[in-house]
Amino acid sequence: MNIIVCAKQVVDVAEIKIDSSTKKPILAGVPKKISDMDKNALEEAIKIKEKHGGKITVLTVGSPDAKERMKELLAMGADEGVLIPQPEHSDYHVIAHLLADAIKKIGFYDIIFCGEASIDMFSGQMGPRIAGLLNIPQITYAQQVTAEKNKVVAERNLGEQAVTIESPFPVLITVTKESNQPRLPSLMAILASSSKPIHDWSVADLTEEALVLKVKTMDIKGIPMQRKNIIYQDDLDQSVEKLVDELAKVGMLR
Amino acid sequence: MVLVYSDDKKLTLELLNKASELAKELQKKVIAVTIGHEEHATEYLEHGADLVIVVETSQTQFKAEEYTSILQNIMKEYCNEIVLIGSNKNGKELAARLAAKLDTGCVMDCTKVYIHEKKLTTERIVYSGNAIAVEQFISSPQIITIPPKIFDPLPKNPHHKGEIIKKKFDIENSPSKILKVQEMKSEGVNVEDAQIIVSCGRGFKKKEDIKLVSDLADVLKGRTVGCSRPIAADLKWLSEDHWIGLSGHKVKPKLYIACGISGQIQHIAGMRDSGLIVAINKDPEALIFKSADYGIIGDLYVVLPKLTSAIKGKLG
Repeated sequence: MNIIVCAKQVVDVAEIKIDSSTKKPILAGVPKKISDMDKNALEEAIKIKEKHGGKITVLTVGSPDAKERMKELLAMGADEGVLIPQPEHSDYHVIAHLLADAIKKIGFYDIIFCGEASIDMFSGQMGPRIAGLLNIPQITYAQQVTAEKNKVVAERNLGEQAVTIESPFPVLITVTKESNQPRLPSLMAILASSSKPIHDWSVADLTEEALVLKVKTMDIKGIPMQRKNIIYQDDLDQSVEKLVDELAKVGMLR
Repeated sequence: MVLVYSDDKKLTLELLNKASELAKELQKKVIAVTIGHEEHATEYLEHGADLVIVVETSQTQFKAEEYTSILQNIMKEYCNEIVLIGSNKNGKELAARLAAKLDTGCVMDCTKVYIHEKKLTTERIVYSGNAIAVEQFISSPQIITIPPKIFDPLPKNPHHKGEIIKKKFDIENSPSKILKVQEMKSEGVNVEDAQIIVSCGRGFKKKEDIKLVSDLADVLKGRTVGCSRPIAADLKWLSEDHWIGLSGHKVKPKLYIACGISGQIQHIAGMRDSGLIVAINKDPEALIFKSADYGIIGDLYVVLPKLTSAIKGKLG
């Protein structure tokens, strides 16, 4: 079974601080990591490989420092990595084309796994876009995946409904955070992973056409915080009393 | 043309409001698409559509590949420039696949959509609720998804005239198939329409303890219990109709009380439009306090019973 996992290096959104004057997020210096659900995607791939054998390739479009993060994925159980440099200007259209072209270059694939979305932008476009470009079936928001020899059955979690879909290969699947608990690599696995290759592919290796943006980001602006931020932290009885008085005063207890 | 599609009727009506506004400004017409639901057509006309396309298909259950193909066909025939799609999970996978097929731009989960310097401009929340991305389309067609509750439907106007046409398309069927559709266990809660919500998160140690939240909800008029992702999705202590957040329900009650919720951006994204936000958490560093009007730093197991009885006393 040949499995491709698309993974993105993101800033750790939990570590983002806000500039108190501009209210904008300060992104410089924020620690980076592999987006959470991409690790769920890899975990799903590893479970299938454990059952059916095969090879797992991790694909990333990102800056050179993404290699360090990709090593964690190799330690978890991926066999090799491919890093495509992040173009200076990009949008979902451009990145999806790069990933789809890289997948075509790899050539053999049964399942492509992605996270349901990345934790920084939370758009969820990449999986379905790649499936669309490759013209293969897609199963998004999967919370349960069972692979058999020549097909896969996955359950999509839609909140009020669970939809079970069966697809032959190749298929693209995006997984939710609840689908599994990504494993932590052992020290042995971390050491062994240093011999696994991460290939550098250039954009020119993949496509000759100039990839033109369809959507331009004009601004990343802050969110005005108009909350009162009145915090009671002394004696609990007093805190509760003050809160109830305030709630009554603004008419919440009528 | 401004085209509107969602598999959710209510959401379609909300999108029709925005579509009508854009169409008026751009002097275009509004097309609403329903796939397999002829019974919704008149209502779409009455809420702003100039044309309703009723697609007849044997694929009555939503499926991304086939529905993408249907919309592609409609766009080819009606030359659409702007496409508004309801941002539920089906809508998002449809929008992104459609964008790839048309080699065009798509912006998800927009909370604002407007024309700025003659360009279609969108705003959406990114970085876990820490920022807003302002984006502009520099290509056409332009695909946008809009979550529920961002716009209200226009008032029903029985005099708004338009056309209803039925269409059938030859589409290629995907090799995948739906095996089963299972309705999830629901407790019939509607957090999206609730006026007061008391919500619980990871700070609760066991399922039975959620009673502390429902007790408080009971003394408040509103009586609605919400929760963050772990409670519904991981622990399954409450059904998913209680789940508030980016992937759950978006709510705007007049009062939102978050108990034992750390305030992960994904949760904030679901409740940030609440009128008044109260947070109870024992961790003074919890992110939730930054998004709260009032907060009590303390153990919810102590605070909640006190708060419930104090409110009961106040209400007499």
